[in-house]
Amino acid sequence: MIQGRRTKRPVGDLADRPEHSPQSPLSIHAMTVAYNRRPVLWDVDYDAPAGSLIAVVGPNGAGKSTLIKGCLGLVPLAAGAVEFWGQPLRDERARVGYVPQRETVDWDFPVSALDVVCMGRYGKIGWCRPIGRQHRKAARDCLDRVGLGEYADRQIGQLSGGQQQRVFLARALAQEADLYLMDEPFAGVDAATERAIVDVLREMRATGRTVVVVHHDLQTVPVYFDHAVLLNMRVVAAGPVSEVFTTTNLQQTYGGRLTLLSEAADALARADGAAL
Amino acid sequence: MRDLTLRGGFNTSTVLLGTSLLGLAAGLVGAVAMLRRRSLTADAIGHATLPGLAGAFLIASAVGLDQRSLPVLLAGAAVAALASVAVIQWLARQPRTHEDAAIGIVLSVFFGVGVVLLSLVQNKAPKGSAGLKDFLFGQAATMLPGDVYTIGAIAGVCALGVLLFRREMAVVCFDRGFAHAGGWPVALMDAVIMVLIVLVTVAGLRNVGVVMVVALLVIPPVTARLWTERYHRMLMLSAALGACSGYIGSAISAAFEHAPTGAVIILTSGVLFLVSLTAAPKRGVLASAARSVFLRLRIAGDHVLEAAHDAGTSRLDRHGLMQIAADRRWNALFRNAVILSLQRRGLLKARTPEGWQLTPGGTGRGARVARTHELWAEYLVRRADIAGTHVGWSVDQVEHVLDAETIQRLETELGGHVHARAQA
Repeated sequence: MIQGRRTKRPVGDLADRPEHSPQSPLSIHAMTVAYNRRPVLWDVDYDAPAGSLIAVVGPNGAGKSTLIKGCLGLVPLAAGAVEFWGQPLRDERARVGYVPQRETVDWDFPVSALDVVCMGRYGKIGWCRPIGRQHRKAARDCLDRVGLGEYADRQIGQLSGGQQQRVFLARALAQEADLYLMDEPFAGVDAATERAIVDVLREMRATGRTVVVVHHDLQTVPVYFDHAVLLNMRVVAAGPVSEVFTTTNLQQTYGGRLTLLSEAADALARADGAAL
Repeated sequence: MRDLTLRGGFNTSTVLLGTSLLGLAAGLVGAVAMLRRRSLTADAIGHATLPGLAGAFLIASAVGLDQRSLPVLLAGAAVAALASVAVIQWLARQPRTHEDAAIGIVLSVFFGVGVVLLSLVQNKAPKGSAGLKDFLFGQAATMLPGDVYTIGAIAGVCALGVLLFRREMAVVCFDRGFAHAGGWPVALMDAVIMVLIVLVTVAGLRNVGVVMVVALLVIPPVTARLWTERYHRMLMLSAALGACSGYIGSAISAAFEHAPTGAVIILTSGVLFLVSLTAAPKRGVLASAARSVFLRLRIAGDHVLEAAHDAGTSRLDRHGLMQIAADRRWNALFRNAVILSLQRRGLLKARTPEGWQLTPGGTGRGARVARTHELWAEYLVRRADIAGTHVGWSVDQVEHVLDAETIQRLETELGGHVHARAQA
């Protein structure tokens, strides 16, 4: 179910910028992110087309995860702005779902698969209220949809890596968001999990949702995705996969032609270190 | 004995109840602290309260307050504890100091300042300092009812705080990124958890003492985790274990005059931990040792059945068994255990003069293991590019643990290449 598109007047800072559309679920404008003053993303501009599956690809250290984290406010932006449907994130949070990398959490945590999926409903449940029957049922349905119905009561550490990834996916489903940002959901998963994720992604697209996926397997990009963002500290190319997946673009992304950018980043970090 | 059953008079009963409530609160807060990986910080907080206690004592005597009033001393302790948290977090943010080092620095430096201040207190007021000494290792026997009410109130607030926000705290502890993206006030929740740790630590000082108070926060949750895989049960169990330790510890200390309360409380929870570590059903030492023995027996049994299958027989004679045992270096005890376990699982019939007869189940298992062995060896050679002479150990171990689904996949992918081993 998609929540009715509210006809709110765009109030964000990007409203009067013609290059960004308030219809876009995700508009990134001139985003620059730096860790300890070392820039990892320069001047990213991107509008995600609604209702599409979008792959973010690029070499290690290209800033793919940082892009997603920057959009969600998990890392501070050195410059730039991000808007969702023309609104700042705080007004549209309920419509934005996030699937973090699997390695970022402690899987020995004493919770069951169903408990984790229920966390996707907490936003709807509210503070200090018990988890109602309908929320528990919704969470159980989401587990079924990723093929883990029978593992609902299992402690999450006893699941395989692929199953853990599917639990994260089910938690995202439970959020019932309209835009999803996923960080490497395909990393190190088995064939069954890969199929389950692809099925869920297609289902999301069929119901008009938009999904941005950090992806590492170039071969499957044209198979699974409509759009692609080629990233290497900046956007090398973005658009429909058939248009942007050219040899030149891929070479530019992976070919290490951006030495000047990384040298500049190093110099900034060094200057900062010297000042300490 | 009178003290253990709440019949030791009003004073003792109050102390017992207060200490139990304290243990309960510490069990709850400690569980969250452990899941948030803040146990070590709690240790630093405990030690860092000493300069606060001594400082409050000195200031109170300078301005003419009652320097032995518990609320005054605890307030000083709380201020010092919060200061230590702030310093730890500031140090950890510096590019060249990691958090563990920051905690080590703060713990020892604050404690050092506390020891220096304590000697000042003793020089200044040799008689009035006796009360402060109780805070170093904890002493419940000398507590007044008013002190117990103060401590009980703080503990109650802490327990309520955890119970009310237990679900929100679980999200923040489990997956900060997700919680943050979902709009939960992660930084605020972290601060609340820190404040709860400080409060419960300060409340525990009088009973358990500066040096050992961290144990009250760490031991019950770790013990509880051994028994359960679920968050809520862990909270409840940790609270119960904390309350028990507090109750038993102070009861014993009341029964034997001047037994050090803190040490007895910690020893009690230490004993509960040791018992759990040994006997807990899944995570206990005994259980995992038993699991490992059963797995070894099962694998060894598979080897016996597989050998019979390879020899094309459904009978195992003594000579054949001794051969396998010698090849695999089994001693007599293990050899007998293997046979016994096969018989108990219904794979081998009772012994006859000619040896042992495999049941149909045993024959089937032997054939399946042999087939898996073939498939896995084929997989390693063909797909993983490992030389056929090098696959022995892996095949020997893996063939027993592959699940049905994986075997099915191997069968579909490689079945055509592998022909059943020649049967004699």
